[in-house]
Amino acid sequence: MALKGNLTDFNVTQLFNLINLARKTGALTIEGKGKKADVCFKEGKLIYASMDGQDTGLIGMLEKAGKISQEQCRIIRARSKTNADKELGLLLINAGYVTQDDIVKSVRSHTLDVVYLLFTWTDGRFRFEPNKLPAEGVITVPINLENIIMEGSRRVKEYEMLQNELPDLDMALKFTERPDARLQDINLTVEEWRVISFINPRNAIRQIAKANSMSDFKIRRIVYGLLSAGLVDLVMPGGPQRITAESEAVSAPPPVKRSLIVRLIDRVKRM
Amino acid sequence: METVKVVVCGPFNSGKTEFISSISEIEVVSTERRITDGSRAVKDQTTVAMDFGRITVDEELVLHLFGTPGQKRFDFMWDILSEGMLGFVVLVDSARPETFREAKMILDRFGRYSPMPYVIAANKQDEEDAWPPDDLRIALKAPSDTKVLSCVATDRESVKNVLLELLYSILDSMHEE
Repeated sequence: MALKGNLTDFNVTQLFNLINLARKTGALTIEGKGKKADVCFKEGKLIYASMDGQDTGLIGMLEKAGKISQEQCRIIRARSKTNADKELGLLLINAGYVTQDDIVKSVRSHTLDVVYLLFTWTDGRFRFEPNKLPAEGVITVPINLENIIMEGSRRVKEYEMLQNELPDLDMALKFTERPDARLQDINLTVEEWRVISFINPRNAIRQIAKANSMSDFKIRRIVYGLLSAGLVDLVMPGGPQRITAESEAVSAPPPVKRSLIVRLIDRVKRM
Repeated sequence: METVKVVVCGPFNSGKTEFISSISEIEVVSTERRITDGSRAVKDQTTVAMDFGRITVDEELVLHLFGTPGQKRFDFMWDILSEGMLGFVVLVDSARPETFREAKMILDRFGRYSPMPYVIAANKQDEEDAWPPDDLRIALKAPSDTKVLSCVATDRESVKNVLLELLYSILDSMHEE
């Protein structure tokens, strides 16, 4: 059964985490940003990745990594009767152009480049097909996903931090009322000024973004800067009410006896 | 007459009304209205106040089942409905991963009603694209000791099983008398 969805709902980090924890084997295809990427896993480990528009052959990877020259590429391609990477790899090693370690490192580097790029994709359809593996002849290098998830997460850290710091774009902004705030001696970018011009407790941040044709990421970054500088405060839209922690209402379970629950269980069983 | 309450919560269109209808001994009192926002493409009607079902145990004890509204703008109802509940069921549409994030938020929110037993029902397991309960557990970051149960809300036996598992969890959480 294929797992399907959209990155807007289940991002690359979550997907990789699922594949890692469930020790899945199969191929993940992601289509986003006008490109398509294929990533293969075996028992929860990343083994292969390719992306449309990139040279995914071994020769191209080694050339990109600086392991072989253009002349060596031309010679090997002329000698080879196949495009299978495994056979090309043997030819390259036998010719003394590269070592096995060079090949493994180059394939690994290429795979990671593709995968780290995927972490920046926030929108796109994905489909995981269990037990589907790369074509015969492709060189695979098993890589633990934990470190990839860590590094990928670091790369999107800024975006996530902004989301955490400013989770609700339906809040509004008002200029700070603190007497020590100096609003006159500050330098703002044009975009920050555009946001400033809309600051009003009646305008939700989301509305300000829409008015300025700004993405969620961009408005968050600007508003976070303004908040950090102490220039503005978050308020509920429509009034001067300050943001407060969400209701922490705790409703303890009613004092019931075990015998009551047992009676309920017996009743449901008899239904 | 003593009444006790179990709450069924979950994202919009996760199957809460069907879940309660399958097990309630009365016709579910549902205050559904036609949707006037963008959600209409998914479902023609949704719960704007609550679903209400009943299971009579005997002359002295009745279990009420409350379904929370499915749309975020009715979040304020959750606190009202949750008051005094024994535990809750989080219903998730296993075939719509786009709702998992909301399900997680609901889990987090209801998790504040602590200590409160709950189970996660991976609904619509009869659909081809349904995520298996084990994958759903990972997706929702549910703790390993949380029950994530296979469910088909239109199937009475399936709903019974979910409800029983919740009651067992409630029992396990109680001190010996």
